[in-house]
Amino acid sequence: MYEGAVQDLIDELGRLPGVGPKSAQRIAFHLLAAESADVERLASTLVRVKNEVKFCSVCGNVAQADVCRICSDARRDPSVICVVEEPKDVVAVERTREFRGRYHVLGGAISPIDGVGPDDLRIRELLARLRDGTVTELILATDPNLEGEATATYLARLVGPLGIAVTRLASGLPVGGDLEYADEVTLGRAFSGRRRIDAMS
Amino acid sequence: MPLYRDEAVVLRVHKLGEADRIVTLLTRRHGRVRAVGKGVRRTTSRFGARLEPGSHIDVQLHSRLADGQAPPGGQRGLDLVTQTESIGAYGAELAGDYARWTAGSAICETAERLTEEGEPALRLYLLVVGALRALVAGEHDPGLVLDAFLLRSMSVAGWQPALQECALCSAPGPHAAFNVAAGGAVCESCRPSGSARPAAETVGLMLALLTADWASADASGPSARRAASGLVAAHLQWHLERGLRSLPLVDRGAPGLMETP
Ligand SMILES: [Zn+2]
Ligand SMILES: [Zn+2]
Repeated sequence: MYEGAVQDLIDELGRLPGVGPKSAQRIAFHLLAAESADVERLASTLVRVKNEVKFCSVCGNVAQADVCRICSDARRDPSVICVVEEPKDVVAVERTREFRGRYHVLGGAISPIDGVGPDDLRIRELLARLRDGTVTELILATDPNLEGEATATYLARLVGPLGIAVTRLASGLPVGGDLEYADEVTLGRAFSGRRRIDAMS
Repeated sequence: MPLYRDEAVVLRVHKLGEADRIVTLLTRRHGRVRAVGKGVRRTTSRFGARLEPGSHIDVQLHSRLADGQAPPGGQRGLDLVTQTESIGAYGAELAGDYARWTAGSAICETAERLTEEGEPALRLYLLVVGALRALVAGEHDPGLVLDAFLLRSMSVAGWQPALQECALCSAPGPHAAFNVAAGGAVCESCRPSGSARPAAETVGLMLALLTADWASADASGPSARRAASGLVAAHLQWHLERGLRSLPLVDRGAPGLMETP
């Protein structure tokens, strides 16, 4: 245990995802040793991100305005929606330059054991976007792990009756991995080789 | 024994740091064990697909405990997964069918809740493997497979609901009243107020599930299945401090809110 502010900082850092007590301590002492200007820039960025960054009211991606850059870009194909779990997955798909449609960010994957069901994700919002007939293809780009697979299964069953083509990224993505770790070439190939799923189960 | 080998079912996975994963395993001989799979989320991982929920594996673990301190997987520290071989990728086979996947998730969560770290639980382990295999085989309704597992695992835990004799005075049944707090079926003279009166078919179905009488269970009707799963869930929740998170999310084929947009 350290005194006052140092321990508070270690405790706060330790609450971040993927940061254990040892890392928290290392980061805290790194910040203590850093230049004041660097720390102030970090602090103000943290405050700004919370104040300024919103979630796009259409797709759920991070946005500076009510609607994100991609949703408001008229050159993006409105007939194809790529469904991903997190905003970082949008970045991963954008890097491939394979996809010219729009996105829908679910905010996670269905995971019953963690208490996350369909109602906890932005699935209602997705259905609302499919209603007017503009969208003709839905690409399910959830993570290539079992939660991502089960989420895709659920969505395919839900959307199937609407007559929209539902496709899943082609295999080649390693099972158990995170989408964000797939390199551009592999992910790009998975996109162009996506296959249609007709699963009604 | 820094290295040990066992068979296990992966009950749950957590992300850890950049690319690692913490897995909760139910092992055949060492009970519930939490271990780290290094780098499994990277695209080059050898373990990724095998350390998914519902995977049945042969696993080698490195115990973080020195000799003689405590059993492997014991109270402190996480063991390290050093090798895995697949026995059955049950989870992967279930993920393509939502009803079976959610039933499998409830089986894994129940197994986690009914076991202690490092305490062998062979009977429960065998029930978990059997139930996941039955879900994959797809010969029975997934809801029935789940309820059979729940009833039998409660029986292993010592909470088997009384289905024939009165739960309070052991008077021979069948009895028409059922009271979760009392422990199951109750006779007319013991019956606490507020007891349920399930149909005879419902109690019969629970008995069939408990005793693996699949011919009777498969022949049951939808209303008996619904009522039985409600009683099984109520009985289980009564004994657990916290409710199971996955149980309300199990897809039992009834059209939900989301299915009728
Ligand atoms: Zn948007
Ligand atoms: Zn009695």
